[in-house]
Amino acid sequence: MESKFSVNYENGVAKIELFGRLDATNASNLQEELKKIIDKKIERLVFFAKDLEYISSAGLRVIIFAKQKIGVNSKVYLISPQEVVLNVIKMSGLDNFMIIEDSYKD
Amino acid sequence: MERVDLHPTRICKCGRFPLRPGKPLPFGATIVPGGVNFSIYSRYATSCTLVLFEKHSPQPCCEIAFPDEWRIGNVFTMVVFNLDYDNIEYGFRMDGPFDPKNGHRFDKTKILMDPYAKVIGGRDVWGVVPDWNNIYQHRARICFDDFDWENDHPLEIPIEDLIIYEMHVRGFTRHPSSGVKHPGTFAGIIEKIPYLKELGINCVELMPIHEFDEFENSRISPVTGKLLMNYWGYSNVGFFALKAGYAATGKFGMQVDEFKNLVKILHKNGIEVILDVVFNHTAEGNENGPYISYRGIDNKTYYMLTPDGYYFNFSGCGNTLNCNNPIVRNMIVDCLRYWATDYHIDGFRFDLATILGRDQTGAPMHNPPLLESLAFDPILGKCKLIAEAWDAGGLYQVGSFPAWGRWAEWNGKYRDDIRKFLKGDLGMVGAVAQRIQGSPDLYGWQQRGACASINFITAHDGFTLMDLVSYNYKHNEANGEDNRDGCNDNYSWNCGYEGETDDPNIMRLRFKQIKNAIAMLLVSQGTPMILAGDEIGKTQKGNNNAYCQDNEISWIDWSLLDKNREIFNFFKRMIAFRKVHPVLRNRGHFRNCDYVGSGYADITWHGTKAWYADWSGTSRVLAFMLCGKHAKGGTVEDNTIYVAMNMHWEPHTFELPQMPQGMGWYLFAHTDYLPPHDIFEPGQEKLLDNQKEFLLGPRSVLIIVCKPLVKKLPKKKGER
Repeated sequence: MESKFSVNYENGVAKIELFGRLDATNASNLQEELKKIIDKKIERLVFFAKDLEYISSAGLRVIIFAKQKIGVNSKVYLISPQEVVLNVIKMSGLDNFMIIEDSYKD
Repeated sequence: MERVDLHPTRICKCGRFPLRPGKPLPFGATIVPGGVNFSIYSRYATSCTLVLFEKHSPQPCCEIAFPDEWRIGNVFTMVVFNLDYDNIEYGFRMDGPFDPKNGHRFDKTKILMDPYAKVIGGRDVWGVVPDWNNIYQHRARICFDDFDWENDHPLEIPIEDLIIYEMHVRGFTRHPSSGVKHPGTFAGIIEKIPYLKELGINCVELMPIHEFDEFENSRISPVTGKLLMNYWGYSNVGFFALKAGYAATGKFGMQVDEFKNLVKILHKNGIEVILDVVFNHTAEGNENGPYISYRGIDNKTYYMLTPDGYYFNFSGCGNTLNCNNPIVRNMIVDCLRYWATDYHIDGFRFDLATILGRDQTGAPMHNPPLLESLAFDPILGKCKLIAEAWDAGGLYQVGSFPAWGRWAEWNGKYRDDIRKFLKGDLGMVGAVAQRIQGSPDLYGWQQRGACASINFITAHDGFTLMDLVSYNYKHNEANGEDNRDGCNDNYSWNCGYEGETDDPNIMRLRFKQIKNAIAMLLVSQGTPMILAGDEIGKTQKGNNNAYCQDNEISWIDWSLLDKNREIFNFFKRMIAFRKVHPVLRNRGHFRNCDYVGSGYADITWHGTKAWYADWSGTSRVLAFMLCGKHAKGGTVEDNTIYVAMNMHWEPHTFELPQMPQGMGWYLFAHTDYLPPHDIFEPGQEKLLDNQKEFLLGPRSVLIIVCKPLVKKLPKKKGER
């Protein structure tokens, strides 16, 4: 299956780039990747969503998983989401715990 | 150690989906490790096939017969592995006898929706015309039932402290004037929460939000030429699923998350959520209706049938759900538990609830097992249960609905008696005295208390409050039924002209009548319910049955807020007044005596002469006083409150009851005064110059509060 994300961890910052669709077909793979960094000390969890075109219920659940299991004490960023993705995130209430910004500065 | 039952034991014919025997409970489609457990009941089916579709595709991608050796009793069950949960829709084919005379209508050519479907596709976006050639219209989908509720919990506000606001999800924000980003949706309601908080209500009662088909019986109005739809939604397709078209995210199939988020945010703002649930019938109609689910799965179980196999029609909608069949009863209990557990719902209002108390032949039962089960259910233990205690078959149980101390009722007699009194009918003061006390005549004999009574003057069914004072007759021509539909007994009065007018005297009287109505509602014992939009003078142009009007007739026009701010302010302050005065919110009924030693009985009745109410048949005036020391059964102390109601068209002077030394009467509201003197902020009431008597205007309500006398400051020039 084509990978539609990449996960990089460096100096307390986890960067996740998302492309295309995040749905049930690839959400569990992303979740597995994220599980690998559960024990690391993470200050920031950054989702780059510029090229994310669609997020499904399963995709949202990975973000909630990431917040609850990885980022309890860290800041979660969502960077430059497209409007359709942003709307879904807002209407399902995920914007409560995420910092949504147009660009990310290290 | 890994469980051995996680692994498939065989594979489907097309080779894509491995299978293994499933578990019969829970019913429906449940995500299990590696797959989905499907389980469906049918007593009379001879075989069952699972039909899988890729989302939106016209033809199934796979059909898998349930192996007979995996059937347990009357339940077909199996686990299917490798399903792409997000993109699968599923249904069933049931084989069995087609023998309507004996109640069976099996047809294996039909694809049937799961009665336990938690997400239903097919009407994802409101008003998008469906493809009528689609072989499977209402498509069960697989639901992720997790959600990040954080610390949310149902609010459990005592029912007597609720101020219910009855709302249609779409109508609330669909009008362009609402100014919300996603009009007509759950997300739209979130944007209006600051408004609801300003108004002061603490509970929204949502008209049906279960999946229904807005195109059911859709047609063009011969009068207006507009499309008439099933706008209200009192016609369930599925009991466990949300109306996808009410979610801005419905097109993504994410209505579950959107609605849960709405409930969570409402709770954060101190607002409960009650659902209007319709368990009396389904959208399958009568013999000529479509196969959606129940009739093809087990007709004889799900519906009340005549001895000849036709459908009983106690609902007025073609069929009647067989609520006291043990299978259906369990389905209803499962359903309500699901909404309470998974959606944190605070309570339920049951449409045509007396049907829930009929046996399988339609006869009313003495101790209906379904109602008893709900009253004692552990999971629903803190949920409000509210009955609409009548049905279309003529069973009227206001005051006698089987309650077990748990059920409250929509008090239809409250509505009718207050309406008659409001328009000046004679002989109403005795009845009104009962209604204002929380209808002890209806609920006292079973010790159900005032909180058994949900008081309302208007609801979705009938005139809006503005129309109640603007029309003598219903005007339902736009519904396309020659004005035959809708209730004829409205007890309304148009104040001198039928319909909209710019006559200032008539409009002044209408505004006053609206204020009189809301004032009486909010000083009555019991739980008040307000119809959304009444607080800004919403009109439906005299349509008292707008069930099919998905247009400006029904939608709330938010520009009325500016136009009728006077009404909004009056509502807002009356609500605030009720909230600060526990003496208005007793749980039990009054005892008509002084049981705390205050020197005054808990309630006393007055007329134009203090201590003498005129109970005669020609009286149109009544006043009462609530002793503050008897608030909440004497457990808390409140101000003493006096309310006088003059529904006569002449002014009357009311002698005021004398208060102890050092105490005096302060004016809170007098509907005859023009704003800003019509009503004050609670706590900012104005001391009456004349403590002995008060001249009430014609058709007016007076509310005064007893407080310690403070030294009067000299009057400013121009002050009233």
